[in-house]
Amino acid sequence: MRVWRYGDNVNTDMLFPGKYTYTCSKPEEIMPHLLEDLDPDFSSGVKKGDLLLVGSNFGCGSSREQPVLGLKHAGIEAIIGRSFARIFYRAAINQGLILIECPSAVDAYKDGDEVILDIGSGRIEIGGEEHRFPPLPDAVLAIRDSGGLLEYTRKRLEPRKG
Amino acid sequence: MSETFVQKVLRKRLGVESAQPGQIVTVKPDRLLMHDNASAIIEKVKSDIDRFGIVDPDLPVIVLDHVIPASDEKTAINHRRIREFVRKHGIRHFFDIGEGVCHQVMFEKGLVLPGDLVLGSDSHTCSYGAVNAFSTGIDRTEAAALLLTGETWLKVPHTMKIMLEGGLSKGVYAKDLVLTMIGTIHSDGASYRCIEFHGDIGGLSISDRFTISNMGVEMDSKGAVFPVDEVTREHLDTAGIEDVSPVWADPDANYWSVHEFDMGDVVPVVSAPHKVDNVKPVSELTGLHFDQCFLGTCTNGRHEDLKVAARILSGERVHPSTRLIIAPASRSELVKAMADGTISGLLEAGGVLLPPGCGPCLGAHQGVMAPGERTISTSNRNFKGRMGCKEAEIYLASPATVAATALRGELTDPIEVI
Ligand code: SF4
Repeated sequence: MRVWRYGDNVNTDMLFPGKYTYTCSKPEEIMPHLLEDLDPDFSSGVKKGDLLLVGSNFGCGSSREQPVLGLKHAGIEAIIGRSFARIFYRAAINQGLILIECPSAVDAYKDGDEVILDIGSGRIEIGGEEHRFPPLPDAVLAIRDSGGLLEYTRKRLEPRKG
Repeated sequence: MSETFVQKVLRKRLGVESAQPGQIVTVKPDRLLMHDNASAIIEKVKSDIDRFGIVDPDLPVIVLDHVIPASDEKTAINHRRIREFVRKHGIRHFFDIGEGVCHQVMFEKGLVLPGDLVLGSDSHTCSYGAVNAFSTGIDRTEAAALLLTGETWLKVPHTMKIMLEGGLSKGVYAKDLVLTMIGTIHSDGASYRCIEFHGDIGGLSISDRFTISNMGVEMDSKGAVFPVDEVTREHLDTAGIEDVSPVWADPDANYWSVHEFDMGDVVPVVSAPHKVDNVKPVSELTGLHFDQCFLGTCTNGRHEDLKVAARILSGERVHPSTRLIIAPASRSELVKAMADGTISGLLEAGGVLLPPGCGPCLGAHQGVMAPGERTISTSNRNFKGRMGCKEAEIYLASPATVAATALRGELTDPIEVI
């Protein structure tokens, strides 16, 4: 799995500049500006199945779901981080993008290490060494398994209308 | 059993025996706040809304504030879509352009009350902790789902207790206090946790409390809450609200951590680029030149803030090497500031007045900087690119420090000019 590595406190303006928030909301419009002010090579280089390995407080700042939509659209398999900012964490759950808090994995990674991720069993292998992370809560899994919050909501509303 | 504020709020509305930190609960918020992003939110669930309807036309509050008046065709279409939606679905709480920044409007129209639970598709929804509400930010998709169901899940957070002691010195303001707290606690120091303010809060006005709660999210807190006292009651009276049910923590509640701040020790500070917790005393950077000075936003664009600035600038001139931009937080705050000469003082000094709203805060229009320029702002975020240009710098400060800096063109301790 290819890894894109970033540090601590990456904020929402770095992930997707605020100046575009009222003109871009579809994944195709978001893609060219994704991580624009953090890593200009990202949006053209990212491939399906890539991973992000990040520091603490990733996604801090605004309530801005475009970076989540963009990363999901780009096919990012998961983001492994030391910690995530609260609103970003929720936004990711709501889109079915997987975030994994596993500080030891982040610390262990060295450039070029092979990363193998097994979400179901809660393990990450980095350069041959195993790291574990706790399972996601049921409320979160239910949303993810439906394919995101809106799909989950539709499923729940459907029976009401019969 | 003893409880924190947030445990009590959630326990009461759920009608359960207890709400313990870590527990996941399903809640029905009292209000759902949206702004210009309502356009993107309703687009997501357009066909679902046609099919299932809005759960309750009293739940959403929509305020057009972010890019107003529309700056181009795209933003104009967004605004039109929102107005059509409001009409079609009989949304009761809609405020068109010029009413003010959404958080200020919620607060001054009495749409948020002590003990309420409010969710909003904006990170600064945490501002209403100032009036004893538990309020927090969510994303657009969650807001869309809430329009349909009126409910969502929350994890009961742990709480951090902040003890405030003493009082602020002359030339030092609530903004300096909250920036000092953020500098100590750091931008992820309150992640997933609620903050309660205790101690000598009587000297903090409702506007001061708003400034402080507003910036709770800059420590990643889930809410930053004050108790109800005489100051709160006076504010509620003005909004025409009498009957309230305040909620507060038990004296022996369990806290994640306790922090103390002696307000007498706080000095004027700035938050330097590009992180809010990069806080430095003004005295360390005096003389730094600024190209633009900005007074406004939900953090510090109220009458009280503009008045502090006008006291420094009235009868003087903004320094020719800089420029001053003013965006009042709301129409009603602007009207108050016009009535007592605050606005004429600032305009005669050379200030440029923008309509009540977010203005340059988010970098979408108005007051965008050129590469290499530097702005000192009363807003709440100095992230790279926040004001529309990633090669520009933003420093955050109190309205007094911004005004003193506008007067001299360089960073100035307000005490020198008060
Ligand atoms: S004034 Fe700035 S921080 Fe406040 S709501 Fe508007 S954009 Fe957000």
